[in-house]
Amino acid sequence: MTTVTLNGLRTIPAKYVPVLVTAGLFVAMFVAGGIRYEGFASGQVILNVFIDNAFLLVVAVGMTFVILAGGIDLSVGSVVALSTMISASLMKGPGWPPYLVIPLVLLIGAALGLVMGYIIHAFDIQPFIVTLAGMFLARGLCYTIGTDSIPIEDPTFTAFAQTRIDLFAGLWISPSVIIAAVVVLVAAYVLHYTRLGRSVYATGGSEQSALLMGLPVARTKITVYTVSGFCSALGGVLLSFYMLSGYGLHAVGMELDAIAAVVIGGTLLTGGSGFLLGTVLGVLVLGLIQTVISFEGTLSSWWTKIFIGLLLFVFILLQRLFSARRT
Amino acid sequence: MRRLLWPVVILALLLLVNVFFTANFFSIQMRDGHLYGSLIDILRFGAPLILVSLGMTLVIATGGIDLSVGSVVAIAGALACLQISDDAGVFTAVALALGLSVLLGAWNGLLVAVVGIQPIIATLILMVAGRGLAQLITDGQIITVNSPSYKVIGGGYWLTVPFGILLVVVVLAITVFLTRRLALGMLIESVGGNAEASRLAGIRSRGIIIMVYAFAALCAGVAGLMISSNVSSADGNNAGLWVELDAILAVVIGGTSLSGGRFSLGGTVLGALIIQTLTTTIYSIGVPPETTLLFKALVVTAVCLIQSKSFREKVFGGRRRAVPPSPAAEEKVRVTA
Repeated sequence: MTTVTLNGLRTIPAKYVPVLVTAGLFVAMFVAGGIRYEGFASGQVILNVFIDNAFLLVVAVGMTFVILAGGIDLSVGSVVALSTMISASLMKGPGWPPYLVIPLVLLIGAALGLVMGYIIHAFDIQPFIVTLAGMFLARGLCYTIGTDSIPIEDPTFTAFAQTRIDLFAGLWISPSVIIAAVVVLVAAYVLHYTRLGRSVYATGGSEQSALLMGLPVARTKITVYTVSGFCSALGGVLLSFYMLSGYGLHAVGMELDAIAAVVIGGTLLTGGSGFLLGTVLGVLVLGLIQTVISFEGTLSSWWTKIFIGLLLFVFILLQRLFSARRT
Repeated sequence: MRRLLWPVVILALLLLVNVFFTANFFSIQMRDGHLYGSLIDILRFGAPLILVSLGMTLVIATGGIDLSVGSVVAIAGALACLQISDDAGVFTAVALALGLSVLLGAWNGLLVAVVGIQPIIATLILMVAGRGLAQLITDGQIITVNSPSYKVIGGGYWLTVPFGILLVVVVLAITVFLTRRLALGMLIESVGGNAEASRLAGIRSRGIIIMVYAFAALCAGVAGLMISSNVSSADGNNAGLWVELDAILAVVIGGTSLSGGRFSLGGTVLGALIIQTLTTTIYSIGVPPETTLLFKALVVTAVCLIQSKSFREKVFGGRRRAVPPSPAAEEKVRVTA
């Protein structure tokens, strides 16, 4: 099977290969699932992957910006948790309305990203460490607000959670999917058709060269972390729609899911190379793995982890094989 | 020694803070033939972190990173406890657990050096799958063992000193000897500076990279034995959870750059001690448990800022300008990968 794929791919520009490999493997996994499990091969299964992972998709979009610019953001999971916590506590305690809470949460997320980006750039500290401190900070703020799960009973939030938007032929999606789709489209436009997008790719490719070309490297670096902070906060809002609660232990380890989704989608961690479409595929792959496991039904939680690790390994290995052929 | 100045100052400051909250903080007593005292406790509870950080230092020196050490900690503890509860000898159990750790580390090294996967992702695979493996070994349960000789590793004493501290001293001495008295340290730094150039210069980069990952996993394995032996049980789910982040933090606080090419073992030990002292301080000054992470985040940020050269220049710029510039040898040559 490998050789057939290879022969077919020879004529395709090399930069699209990782994305196409991921797409191919995704289709293969879907077909295999459809053969193995009854009721798997339906459109709704794919839509459910979107519904259950809308928040991860939004977070991974922000992560794509950071990784394309050559950085990394470990704080996203904690910022997601902090956003659910702030929304839940503000609506329960002082009874703030959602149209005040949501902009405030988005602002806090973006501000956290901005501060981290500024520290990384201005004081030349490694992004891994700065965002690690940001991770501790956001998680710490969660526990400071409260250690228990806070339920959300606001009518707007519950409406968002329960609304089904019917498509054709009995298929449906949730409003979160539409929000995530809008985020993806806007991000794809920004990355591929604006000056900021070009600067992000250039900075990730080589900061030195970007600087010598006169590109605003400082502004770009700070912007990508702000975008990531904003996306994490939005992901947090979507997660509170999904969970209808705020909890300091929400989204533990989500930063690794987001990084894995970006990398599975063919983006290089060294920066400067990758596509947003790849990230969408990466999230779909992770979501489909979860679906396969739930259809399997008998897998214990530890086999789930081993299986996810193995799948990650296969993807990275295949991707590596193709990029090795290229050079 | 100048680059160790800031970690030493920070550690001293943290220790001093404790004096205000704990009377007799610096006193060390003999009780029942064992050494007791807050400082001994910091060393004893910090021992696993120091070990993991030592291995991490060498990995980071080659320009890599190892996210899987936490999972290896859990696996080593789980396998050892499983063996002991199956009536295997303590020696066999320890040897098996450490052997498996080295194998897992070599697997990481293989992915990085031979397959050419980026270290953070190569080790992420084992981080995710390894946690599952540890739970598979323990069957999702917490295995408790009752073995006095196993208990010695993490909770025992030898010559009045906690055994864990002695273990750290031995591993540290061996590491320092291998890397600073023999050429190995220089080879590691050269691989971290530029793996391809080192290979062309006749250094077996691949072998060195595989070796440092195996060493990091071995250190994590020993730490895992210590942790599980101290509580006489193995918890596949929680043992060593997020220890990789603390270890990376310790290495960076100790002055080793994440871009590789240079490392400081002394700095790493100081970094790990700073983190452990911080944990002790949090308990002794009575920070409520809900805000410990917040406190940690603030201290970590402060420590990183103080160590950042450009921060010191920007904030204390006026005072510094009078001082003649430090010799160029102090600067790390920035290599863009």
